[in-house]
Amino acid sequence: MSGPMRPATGEETISFTFDGTTYQARPGDTLAAALLANGIGLVGRSFKYHRPRGIMTAGIEEPNALVTVGTGGRAEPNTRATDVFVYPGMVATSQNRWPSLSLDVASIFGLAAPALGAGFYYKTFFGPAKHWLRYEGFIRRAAGLGNAPTEADPDNFSQTAGFCDVLVVGSGPAGLKAALEAAEAGSSVMLVEQDAAPGGSLLRDPDPAMDPAVMIAQIKALGGKVLLRTTASGYWDHNFLTLTQRLAEPGAVPTHGFAQRLWHVRAGRVILATGLIERPVPFANNDHPGVMLSQAVRSYVRRWRVLPGKRVVIATNNDDAYLTAEALVEAGAEVVALLDARASGPAAPAGVTVHHDARPASVTGRKHGLRKVTAVIGGSEQSFDADLIAVSGGFVPVSHLHMQAGGKLTWNEEAQAFIPGETPQACETVGSALNPPPAPAVAPAGKAKKSFVDFQNDVSLADIDLAWQEGYRSVEHLKRYTTLGMATDQGKTSNMVALSRLAEKQRVTVPEAGLTTFRPPFTPVTMGLLAGAGARNAGAHVRRIPLHGLHEKHDPIWQPLGYWFRPRAYPVNGESLAEASMREARTVRTVAGLSDVSTLGKFEVSGPDAAALLELVCATTVGKLAIGRGRYTFMCREDGIVFDDGTVWRLAENRYLMTSSTGGADRMAGHLSYVRNSLRPDLKCSVVNVQEHYAGIALAGPRARAILASLIGSEPPRHMGYAPATLAGVPVHVLAASYSGERAFEIHVEASHAAAVWQAIDAATRAEGGAPYGLEAMELLRIEKGHVVVGGEVDGRSTPHDLGLGGMLNKAGGFIGAAGLTRPALSAPGRNNLVGLVSLDGPIPEGGMLIQRAGQSPQGHVTAAARRILEGGAIALALLEDGHKRHGEELIVSSPTRGEKARVRVTSPHFYDPAGERYRD
Amino acid sequence: MYQITCPHCGPRAQTEFTYERTMDSVVDPAADAQTAMQALYTRANPMGLDEEIWRHTYGCRAWMVLTRHRVTHEIHAVRAIGPEALP
Repeated sequence: MSGPMRPATGEETISFTFDGTTYQARPGDTLAAALLANGIGLVGRSFKYHRPRGIMTAGIEEPNALVTVGTGGRAEPNTRATDVFVYPGMVATSQNRWPSLSLDVASIFGLAAPALGAGFYYKTFFGPAKHWLRYEGFIRRAAGLGNAPTEADPDNFSQTAGFCDVLVVGSGPAGLKAALEAAEAGSSVMLVEQDAAPGGSLLRDPDPAMDPAVMIAQIKALGGKVLLRTTASGYWDHNFLTLTQRLAEPGAVPTHGFAQRLWHVRAGRVILATGLIERPVPFANNDHPGVMLSQAVRSYVRRWRVLPGKRVVIATNNDDAYLTAEALVEAGAEVVALLDARASGPAAPAGVTVHHDARPASVTGRKHGLRKVTAVIGGSEQSFDADLIAVSGGFVPVSHLHMQAGGKLTWNEEAQAFIPGETPQACETVGSALNPPPAPAVAPAGKAKKSFVDFQNDVSLADIDLAWQEGYRSVEHLKRYTTLGMATDQGKTSNMVALSRLAEKQRVTVPEAGLTTFRPPFTPVTMGLLAGAGARNAGAHVRRIPLHGLHEKHDPIWQPLGYWFRPRAYPVNGESLAEASMREARTVRTVAGLSDVSTLGKFEVSGPDAAALLELVCATTVGKLAIGRGRYTFMCREDGIVFDDGTVWRLAENRYLMTSSTGGADRMAGHLSYVRNSLRPDLKCSVVNVQEHYAGIALAGPRARAILASLIGSEPPRHMGYAPATLAGVPVHVLAASYSGERAFEIHVEASHAAAVWQAIDAATRAEGGAPYGLEAMELLRIEKGHVVVGGEVDGRSTPHDLGLGGMLNKAGGFIGAAGLTRPALSAPGRNNLVGLVSLDGPIPEGGMLIQRAGQSPQGHVTAAARRILEGGAIALALLEDGHKRHGEELIVSSPTRGEKARVRVTSPHFYDPAGERYRD
Repeated sequence: MYQITCPHCGPRAQTEFTYERTMDSVVDPAADAQTAMQALYTRANPMGLDEEIWRHTYGCRAWMVLTRHRVTHEIHAVRAIGPEALP
């Protein structure tokens, strides 16, 4: 391939490199145009067989010429050379070759093609595992395309919303006309074009009556928005489209801060002027560099003034390719032969010999182009010396967006094409996509094995035949078995060719054979663009608890909990996490500790019907609570399974405070709102989420009561009592609740005043020899006390009875889940019950399985493991089959993944103060 | 992505809303076990109009019932529910 016809206008002012060699390009060149202008035809190696591949198209449908553009974190693999515009300093690299593009060792796979045909992977998987093990390494090395960059993408991506009355996709003749008409009618218009230049087919076949630049200026003058280098990549419900706009070319340093922009557009009406994609023609070695689509050849000649070949054969089944003959003759190339599969056609340009009833059968090539084209003309073979073959097998309307919109397709027999039909959305297709030129079906003339259909995934006609022979009848099965249409080009050039073959095999018409569904995106979308500003940790915002800054001064070990970070432990003097948490827990058991519990779910329910709402949500009784009293409670799903727990307090006659778990707080807020609004809108009550309104501080330990008394100047409430108080001059709620098993209080204070309250409690506690404690110590304390935790023992499968909470259920029923709990299976034997485990030897592996002897199926699992705080010795909580009845039994905890084991005795889960004497006074 | 017309805020993008459940899967707290389980587990899945509970969670937080076509995703009607929507 060679032969620049370039001059006329323009100069080669841009330098870029391809595989390390520097070349020159003109402004406006795609990489493909620039490579062809420099005589380069070989651009890549194929996915499976490492066959040499060149440039086949001039647009986004390119299956062959995939390159990596850019370096480091900015490298973009699998970029279509036809869909990237050359910029100064651009670095392009070929893919899937070693040691070099022209000398590729793995191309011997081509010789093994019969063994690597359709279904190779499936067959290998079904065979003995050792075969797969033998192939795997070498397949993983050999198959594939570009490599994903290992460095982070340094670029930023923007996302924005757009609105318009009319969105026009495609700036070809039909799109320009539609956009201009809509703008003239007073509509707000958005026109999107994936190319860097407007015009579509006008860039290849200029029309003196239509100047894209002039029409774009008119549209803009009427207030229209024109987005070039922008692809409508997804068409979703209710006329919502996603557009991907390139602000910088792949691999280039963005000049305005953003590499790409994702548009979310809600359009009143959508006009799809998406045009046609040309169909390739199957014949032997039709994947070789030098085989190019006819319209692409015309584009290179007319738009870029590049001649992809000097001696050209044209093969067609339609009139359009005759225009390519014209363009080539004009440009000074020799059209060696025009092979028309039909019996007759239009007049050819002077000097071009037309052969009718002629089909290409095979080509042979050299490095950057062809050597010879062999055709079947009439019944006999004839060869032509040629460096390029321009092929046209008909046209495929670009109906991807139409189908994504839920549109139907209708079959056009004359054009052998599916045409956009009805659509349920406010959307219509205009232009050539509705009227593809007539192009009759043509039987392939070459050997099926080397006649490629899906170039990117190396699927040949023979693979389709094999799939058929092995019983794959549905087009969906064919696709998955052969991987046809599953590459990055999503079968834009291959689907129709393959479908025709399948229909021929099935002896049905093409529409009867069916069609696979097009799904977004239309062309590949960069992951960073979808993440947008959500990349680099901005996706999950860290909320800070009111006391975050105070804790920070003690340099705690932090633990993410819900949306927040909470101190896990406050190590001193170089303590480890285990040492610090055990010291903190011991301090709570012997003196007192304080802990930040601000993240607890908190809801204030008030009004005359507040108790009625809570009785619905809570599975325990609430209505009988006296003012100033509270109780532990838990909540069930409608199926009777426990999903959260907490406490409920009666603050005043018609005012309650309910707490729930941190992790479940959002779910609880939604649940309460659902119950209130959907189930019982008639109740006279209000639910306010006060989770972040109040900070919470737990004060626990034998000295807690005395410490608090001194701080609030009065006797604190007794266990499960509530009292308002003033602490450090700040009004607080004091709830006498104990999670640790010690006499304990939760002090809830308006968030903005929390620091003063914490500091006062902290100082008073330290003065008594106490200390702050973190989540890890809290875990040790609650395990020893046998308290369940949501996400641990409350695992979405446990009933109240399983957790030993059955006795607390509201006997009167009426709560959510009461009906579900009556299901027989929930009280049948064999359920996992909460138990305690005491180790008879070493530590108990958390998450370990409970078995009676080696090799047995697990009868339960360890949900939380710890050490006893004062006495020492390993303990754990576990869910065990029929566990309530198995106290005293000896079992084995086995964790095969960690290789750990322990012998344990099943006990009550209440290891510490089972009678609750420590918090009653 | 749907465009849902919130009875209080007007047309908004679906991302502002959360889906709760279909109307026929609402479990009456007073229902017996069989009725409740039927609502939870053995529901109809018609190819046609369907009533669903949604919430404008990232907007005004109000609850509403959408009449939505399960095949075309067309939303035929939206009505507010909750204490304020009571007659």
